[in-house]
Amino acid sequence: MLIKDRDLEQIAYLARINIDKDYFPSLKQELESILDLVKKINSADTESVKPMFHPLDLFQPLRKDEVTEKDEREKLQKNAPLSQAGLFLVPKVIEDQG
Amino acid sequence: MPELYQLTIKEKLEGLKNSSFSSLELTESYLERIKRIDPELNSYITVIEEEARVKAKESDQRYQAGSPLPLDGIPIAHKDIFCTEGVLTSCGSKMLANFISPYSSTVVKKYEESGSVVLGKTNMDEFAMGSSNETSYFGPVKNPWNNKCVPGGSSGGSAACVSAGLAAGATATDTGGSIRQPAALCGLTGIKPTYGRVSRYGMVAFASSLDQGGVLTKTAEDAAYLLKAMSGHDPKDSTSLNVEVPDYINEINQDIKGLRIGLPKEFFSMNLPQHVEKSISDALKVFEKLGTKIKEVELPHLDLSLPVYYVIAPAECSANLSRYDGVKFGYRCENPKDLDDLYMRTREEGFGPEVKRRVLIGTYALSAGYYDAYYLKALKCRRLIAGDFDNAFKSVDLILSPTAPDISFALGEKSSNPVEMYKQDIFTIPANLAGLPAISIPCGKHKGLPLGLQLMSKSLEESKLLRTAHHFQLNSDWHKSWPSL
Amino acid sequence: MNAMSEWETVIGLEVHVQLATKSKLFSGASTLFGSAPNTQACNIDMGMPGVLPVLNEEVLKMAVKFGLAINASINSPTQFSRKNYFYPDLPKGYQISQLDNPIVEAGFLEIIVKEGKKKIGITRAHLEEDAGKSLHEDFKHLTGIDLNRAGTPLLEVVSEPDLNSAEEAVAYLKRIHSIIRYLEISDGNMAEGSMRCDVNVSVRKKGNKELGTRTETKNVNSFKFVERAIQYEIKRQVSVLEAGENVVQETRLYDSQSNETRPMRSKEFANDYRYFPEPDLLPVLIDDEFINSLKDQMPELSESKTKRFVKDYQLTEYDANVLTVDLNFANFFEEVAAKSKNPKLAANWVMGELSAFLNQENLTIQETKVDSKKLGNLLNRIEDSTISGKIAKEVFEEMWNTGSSPEKIIETKGLKQVTDSVEIREIINQALDQNPTQLEQYKDGKDKLFGFFVGQVMKISKGKANPEQVNKILKEKLEE
Repeated sequence: MLIKDRDLEQIAYLARINIDKDYFPSLKQELESILDLVKKINSADTESVKPMFHPLDLFQPLRKDEVTEKDEREKLQKNAPLSQAGLFLVPKVIEDQG
Repeated sequence: MPELYQLTIKEKLEGLKNSSFSSLELTESYLERIKRIDPELNSYITVIEEEARVKAKESDQRYQAGSPLPLDGIPIAHKDIFCTEGVLTSCGSKMLANFISPYSSTVVKKYEESGSVVLGKTNMDEFAMGSSNETSYFGPVKNPWNNKCVPGGSSGGSAACVSAGLAAGATATDTGGSIRQPAALCGLTGIKPTYGRVSRYGMVAFASSLDQGGVLTKTAEDAAYLLKAMSGHDPKDSTSLNVEVPDYINEINQDIKGLRIGLPKEFFSMNLPQHVEKSISDALKVFEKLGTKIKEVELPHLDLSLPVYYVIAPAECSANLSRYDGVKFGYRCENPKDLDDLYMRTREEGFGPEVKRRVLIGTYALSAGYYDAYYLKALKCRRLIAGDFDNAFKSVDLILSPTAPDISFALGEKSSNPVEMYKQDIFTIPANLAGLPAISIPCGKHKGLPLGLQLMSKSLEESKLLRTAHHFQLNSDWHKSWPSL
Repeated sequence: MNAMSEWETVIGLEVHVQLATKSKLFSGASTLFGSAPNTQACNIDMGMPGVLPVLNEEVLKMAVKFGLAINASINSPTQFSRKNYFYPDLPKGYQISQLDNPIVEAGFLEIIVKEGKKKIGITRAHLEEDAGKSLHEDFKHLTGIDLNRAGTPLLEVVSEPDLNSAEEAVAYLKRIHSIIRYLEISDGNMAEGSMRCDVNVSVRKKGNKELGTRTETKNVNSFKFVERAIQYEIKRQVSVLEAGENVVQETRLYDSQSNETRPMRSKEFANDYRYFPEPDLLPVLIDDEFINSLKDQMPELSESKTKRFVKDYQLTEYDANVLTVDLNFANFFEEVAAKSKNPKLAANWVMGELSAFLNQENLTIQETKVDSKKLGNLLNRIEDSTISGKIAKEVFEEMWNTGSSPEKIIETKGLKQVTDSVEIREIINQALDQNPTQLEQYKDGKDKLFGFFVGQVMKISKGKANPEQVNKILKEKLEE
C-alpha cells in the first residue's frame, strides 16, 4: 500500500491539518504501516455479513419537544478565542466558494 | 497500623463513620502525598486543593448530622477527559490546554451526588489516543513501580495516581484498553463496564461506538463502590442503557463455585513471554481451587480485532475531533490569514502527532473510493468478532486472558513506532468492539513490575466480573502491595 | 425564442423546510427566530467537547406527516449519518443528516399545468440539522458567527427531475409550501429562511434520452427568484450549447440584484463528505402504531378541500383552487361563508375586493385589516338589501381604513339603501322632470334611454336607491 504525496495532501486538506512537506516521507511511512496492519481485514469472508456500526442492538430513545435550555452565552463564550458582541469571529469568509 | 491512603474504600467509609478520622484529615493526607510525590510522577494535570477542602468539610458536616452519602468523603480523581464545570478539562491536549469547561459531565455530577471529594484531574494520552501516556501535551506520566517505565495509557495518570496512593480511586475511560492496560501495568484493578452502562455525556469523545467510562482502583471491592456511583441510565446519552444497576457491593460476596471460565486458544497460541504464561497458569490454579471450571474456547476471528479497531476508531475520531477548529473554544493559531489557514494551522499546532495520524487514517478510511474497502469491511468484521463472543458465551460464563502482552516498558521505547504501540491493546480491544464488560486484576510480577489478567463476560454482567475478581483477591496478594515512593 | 423551442429543460428541486418545533432537533434550546446572537445556542448546539445529541420526538411526527401527505413510504428503522465538512457556522465540523434509509422515500404530488394535472416524483425527504449564520457586514476583515439557528430541524425534500419549466418548478414549490402550511409543520416563511431552495437545471435537445450536464444554484429564497434563476439558467445553458461549448457541472449562486447566476469558486480539492452512520444515535424505529396515530391526526389537505368546496359551496373548481392554495386563506373564506350564508358571494369578495386590498399593501391573510366576522356582516347587509353591492365596496374601503364596523359606517355616512317606494317614486319624478328632452325621445321609441334614466336616478339618490325597485317603478312610470 503506497500513499502518494497527492493523496496525503488531499486527506490532510479534508481533515484541515497543515502538514509540513518535510514530514511527508516519515508520515507516509507511518500511515502505510498502519494500513499494512489494517489490510488483514481483506482476508475475512464477510459475504452476507451485516455491518455492525454500533455495539447496542437497540433503538433510539426520543425526547419531548420542550425548551429546557436557557441563555448561557456568557458562560459558553468564555473559552472563545475571539468574540465580540456575542458573535464568534473568524477571518472574513468568502461566500462564493463552493 | 496502615496509613490512611492504604485503607480500602470500605475501611475508609467505616473510619469516617466511626470518626476515627475526618474527611478533611483524609483529604489533607492525600493532598500532602500529592505535593510530595506527584512532581516526579506527573499523574495530575490539575489539583483542585481548595475546592477539595470545601467538599471535605461539607462531607464532615453530613457525617456529624448522621446522614452521609454513599461515598461521602472518599477522595478520588477524574481523568481529564470528564468535563468538570469551572475546572480545566484538557483531554491531555494543547488544543484544550486552556479549556475551562462550562458544564459538568454526568459522571462528575454523579460523584458529586455521592459525596466523594475530587482531588483533581489526571494526566492522559492526548484525546485518549495512546497506550503509554506519552502523547500527553502535559508530559509523560511515570510508573510508580519504576520511574523509567510507562504507566500504560491512555488512562496513565489515573492508574499512576491510584497506584501511588494519590487518590482512593480514579475514573478512567476505555476505547480499546485504556482502563485495563494501565491497570495491568500499574498493578491495579480496572473495570470497563458494558457499553452504555456509564453515561458518555460530558466525556470528551474519541470513538463514540467504543468509548466507555469506568474506574481504576486498588481492589475489586473498591471498584464495586465506585462503579455503583457512576453507573446508570442518562437521558442525555442516547446510547445509555435504561436498565437497573445491580448492587455490586453486596453481590460481590456471592461465591463463584461452578462458574465456567473459558481460555481462548487463539490468545494462548501467541508467543507469550514465559513470565506472562506462568502468571496466568498460577492464577488458573487459584480459580480452580475456588471451584470454577476451566475450559478452552474458540474465538476464530480474534486476529481481526486490532485491524478492525484501527479502522473504526480512527474513522469515528476523525469526525469527533473536527470541532476543534479554533472558532468556539480551544487553541487558535496566531494571525490566520484566511479561514483555511485558521483551520489548517490551528489543527497542525494544536494536535500532537498520534492524534494527527489517527485523524488522517480515519479521514482516508471514510473517503470516496476507500469507504467500502476499509470502513464498511471493518464493520462487517466487527460483527464476526461479536458473533464469536456470542458463541463462546454459550458454553462459558467468563473469558480469561492476559491483559497486556507483557510488563510495562521503558519511556520512549515504543513511541517512535505506532504499530508496535498499538499491539499493547491486542487482548483488550475485542471487548470494546463487542461492547462487553471486562476487568483487569493484578496476577503477578516480573522484574518488580506488575502483570495483569483480564476477565470478560456477557453484557451487563459486571457483577459477575467483580465477584470473580474479588474472590481471586481474597486468595491472592498481588493487589495488596504498594510501590515504595 | 424559436431556437429555445428545440430545447427541453429538466429541473429538480431540493427544498429545505425548517420544521416548526419549539426546541432543536437534538437539544432543548429554543428555535425562536430573531433573538440576540448565540443566546439560543446551548452547549450541544455549540458542539462543546463531550456533548451528545438526543432526538426530538416531534420532528419525527412532522416528517412522517409530510411523508403521508405526499403518498410516500416511511422507512423504519430510519438512520442518521454524519456529513463531514468544515465551515464556521457548522460547530461540530459535521452535520447530523441522513443518507441511507431517509425517513421519507418515494412519494409524489400533483401540480396543475396548462395541460391539466402533472405528477411530480419526490425521491426522498430526510432530516438534518440547520447550520448557524455567518454575518459579513458588521466587522472589517472578519466574519461573525451566530449559532442560534444551528441545530434547528430541517426536512430536505428532494424531487425527481420531473419538472420542465420555471413555471412548473414554481407550481411544485407552491404545492410543497401549501402542504407544509396545511400540516402546520413549518411557517414556510421564505423571507426568514424557513423554506429555502436549491435548483438543479439542465437542458437537452428535444427527443434526447440522456440528461444534459446540470448546474446547482444554491439558496434561492423566493418563488419569484426561483422562477428568474431558472429562466436565467436555461437561457445561459442554451446559449452555451448553441455556441458549441459544454455546460460545466458546478454550483452557482443567484444574485437577485443583477438577476443572474454566477459560478462559485471551486476549491483545489473536491468536496468529500465522508458520510458514515452517526454512532451517537441509534436506529430510529417508526412502528405502525406511531404512523397510524398520525394518520388519524392528518388534516384535510388542499386537494380534498378543493373538492369539498366545489361540492358544498357550489364553487367552480377554479375558484375552489384559488381559495385553497393557502390554508389560512381557505379558513378565512369558510368563516365568511358561514357568517354570510351566501358562499358564492363570500368567495367573490374574498378573492376580489379583499385580495386586492391585501395585495396592494403586500399583506398576508393573517394581517388583514378586515376580519372574517366584519366581512360576513358586510355581506349580510348586501343580502338583506340594506346596501347595494356598489355601496358595499365603499363601505369596505372605509372598514379597511378605519377598522370600523359596517353597520356604523352605513349609519354615520347615511348609506342605507332607499327601499321606500314613495321616496323612490319622488326621485324618479325628479329625474324625469330634469330631463324633458330625453323623456320625449324615449317616448318616441328610443328604448335605450332607459339605462340613462336609471343612471340619473342612482345619481340623485347617491347610489342608495334599491336598483331592483328603481327598475320596476321606472318601467311603470315610463309606460304610463
